[in-house]
Amino acid sequence: MIDKTVATTAAAVAEIHDGASVMIGGFGTAGMPAELIDALIAHGVGDLTIITNNAGNGESGVAALIREGRVRKVICSFPRQVDSHHFDARYRAGEIELELVPQGNLAARMQAAGAGLGAIFTPTGYGTILAKGKEVREIGGRNYVLEYPLYADFALIKALHGDRWGNLVYNKTARNFSPVMATAARFTIAQVSVIVPLGALDPEAVITPGIFVKRLIQTPVQGGLA
Amino acid sequence: MKRLTQDEIAARIGRDIPEGAYVNLGIGMPTKVANFLPPDREIILHSENGVLGMGPSPAAGDEDWELINAGKQAVTILKGASFCHQADSFAMMRGGHLDVCVLGAFQVSVHGDLANWHTGAPDAIPAVGGAMDLAIGARQVFVMMELLTKNGTSKLVETCSYPLTGLACVSRVYTDLGTFDLGPDGARLREAVAGETLDSLRMLTGLPLSGA
Repeated sequence: MIDKTVATTAAAVAEIHDGASVMIGGFGTAGMPAELIDALIAHGVGDLTIITNNAGNGESGVAALIREGRVRKVICSFPRQVDSHHFDARYRAGEIELELVPQGNLAARMQAAGAGLGAIFTPTGYGTILAKGKEVREIGGRNYVLEYPLYADFALIKALHGDRWGNLVYNKTARNFSPVMATAARFTIAQVSVIVPLGALDPEAVITPGIFVKRLIQTPVQGGLA
Repeated sequence: MKRLTQDEIAARIGRDIPEGAYVNLGIGMPTKVANFLPPDREIILHSENGVLGMGPSPAAGDEDWELINAGKQAVTILKGASFCHQADSFAMMRGGHLDVCVLGAFQVSVHGDLANWHTGAPDAIPAVGGAMDLAIGARQVFVMMELLTKNGTSKLVETCSYPLTGLACVSRVYTDLGTFDLGPDGARLREAVAGETLDSLRMLTGLPLSGA
């Protein structure tokens, strides 16, 4: 019997190792898997490369991971926000590396990784400093920049409902990067608000088919297990 | 000098958005255009974080923080709305499916180059978000801005000095002093605000504007 569910967030993140690349879902805090990030901090690993849209807000989630000094590099589109002080301080101190990627290219590079494509030509960024030094090509009268797939060792994502096969549906704009990250990471871990029985999800409405998900945890964990 | 307020510029843009258009309104000033879309037209608002068919802000206390716009403000959805993931949302732009995008700008060149993401200051932490995707991603890209900086320098320029967001991507600029069409032949005055003329706007911008 396939059962990808685990009982604790600690078990959910147990394989994540020092130096791993980790995609983290969320646009700001919408869709950010806060409980999995807390478990990752408690797990104690560091030297991580984090791939996510924003570089943390306030004191929790990605911001806490950065505050605790676990992150070597951030690949993201929009690090600077009113409450990104932990990233700002470490970036200014030269303690964290930043690879800035336009948001659509971030998604497209993940999609290329998940789909097994060798590279993409994208019009976004052509002629800008973010395309400096990159190969360009004119195709059909339009200019494109060559960008490579973006893989990760792990993805931490948040969904609304999931079943033991790993099928997922999301909640509103909390969906954002998660379905794309689930395809691009070798080991995707989902925290879901409710684990439902197999067959309860409408197959026509499943957003992430279970093949892309390795592990699920219901959070907040019922009965105080954490 | 009589200048349009931000609301008046927003209303001016709203009048030019046609029935049935799929529209993305950028963060900041362009968000105001949503308040001035003609009520007799069905216009569908896209937000790049994954919603099509965005509605007005919720009442205080009704916010759902998993239903937000690209500026991370709480929003609502209209009947017929849909959600999508980031790859699909940016496919809507990059793939040429959006009709109109309205963006703010630091500078726009007369040929439609856009600079709106980075001042180039050495100590600034760069953040691009969806700006570069939006710049090249809609069939028509409009800019909404004040024509002059606080120091009186024109933001419509021959060549942008700030780092570019996209090349030759802006087709029209709506400002507090006039509306300009941009293209390979340079900037053309489409409409001057009352009190301004082609000559006065040539003086203010220092540009060889062509006439309406």
